[in-house]
Amino acid sequence: MNAFFALIRRDLLLATRIGGGAGIGLVFFLMLVTIMPFAVGPDMVLLARIGPAILWVAALLATLIGLDRLFQADEEDGSLDLLRMSGLPLPLVVLAKVIAHWLVTGLPLALAAPLLGLLLALEPQAMLAVTVTLLAGTPALTFIGATGAALTAGLRRGGLILAVLVMPLMIPVLIFGISATSAALGGPVPFHTPFAILCGLGLFAMVTGTISAALAIRASEA
Amino acid sequence: MKLSVSGLAVTRSGRPVFSKLGFTLESGEALALTGPNGAGKSTLLRILAGLLPPTAGSIEWTGGHDDAPFSEEAHYLGHRDALKPALTPFEVLTFWRSLLGQSALEPLAALERVGLGHAAYLPSAYLSAGQRRRLSLARLLVAHRPLWLLDEPTAALDQASETMFGGLVVDHLTRGGLAIIATHTPLPIPTRTLSLRASA
Repeated sequence: MNAFFALIRRDLLLATRIGGGAGIGLVFFLMLVTIMPFAVGPDMVLLARIGPAILWVAALLATLIGLDRLFQADEEDGSLDLLRMSGLPLPLVVLAKVIAHWLVTGLPLALAAPLLGLLLALEPQAMLAVTVTLLAGTPALTFIGATGAALTAGLRRGGLILAVLVMPLMIPVLIFGISATSAALGGPVPFHTPFAILCGLGLFAMVTGTISAALAIRASEA
Repeated sequence: MKLSVSGLAVTRSGRPVFSKLGFTLESGEALALTGPNGAGKSTLLRILAGLLPPTAGSIEWTGGHDDAPFSEEAHYLGHRDALKPALTPFEVLTFWRSLLGQSALEPLAALERVGLGHAAYLPSAYLSAGQRRRLSLARLLVAHRPLWLLDEPTAALDQASETMFGGLVVDHLTRGGLAIIATHTPLPIPTRTLSLRASA
């Protein structure tokens, strides 16, 4: 357990140091959301209606931005070899790295969402709904992406292949994330139905993503 | 502790690297792996480290912890030094000490041993190639693992550091450890030698 937290701590430390790349996804998220009102035009009613969807799509794309470095950095400098030889089972190594990655990439997106909601003329209730659904949905996105990141760890320019690989798998999360948000703002469906499915997708992705990423790392050498 | 390897063969992308390779190594012994480039020295070390599956053959490890997989009894020092430029040597060693288990020397003591005590809190990015190598060697000291698998450990080391390295290995062997060292230069310690030939 000690080793597990040591790995999370190291990854958080690396992310916040020079060249760590924490914040790139957040800046990308900010840019995407900021240009939207310019593209759509000053129609406050329309913006408020599509606002949650814009935030969700932007969060999904921002998640993809940093994913390619998740295992690549450790693969390049040989750290991954040593991690594989450590006492920590490989799925737990993956889990620790993904948790650390989410804390510096996914969590800031959810926390920044209400602020950016102001740009999209969202009602306070909609801001809350987007934040809650992003808090539940971004871990799912990161865990789904982890498998793609493990598969492309050895490739120099794996970013695009990674996006193409994992994007289709992220669509269910997007669908239920947005339907939970609109359910919270009134609709025929009660909020907890799509939200429970969203949380379920997150838990499913956590188990399958961790195990399949570990398998992908092990298979990359053979 | 005893390591016995027999009938080991490996094929990489359709090309046989070596076959029918066998040797035994006991506590307190060191084995030097020699041979031309491409003969399979690094491949053999990676197989022993459990990072590559062999095509055929067996590796037996007796006398270690029964419940631990063999690769958790080995230290591997490869060409890539697994150092993060943004972390200080102290942070690097503290991290590997908690990750590798079986804690041995304190990070600062290990850094003193390899002559890097003065650089403990500098970002690793400022270290020279030789100093990075010495930091990698310090990693072998913070966790106790009986088998050392070293791939050209003396590359980039100066004369004094090479002598220091010899001392580290001798200490390790007198404590009952084993070492397998791939090298092109004569080592500063007595070893048995296994020569790999370049495959046709």
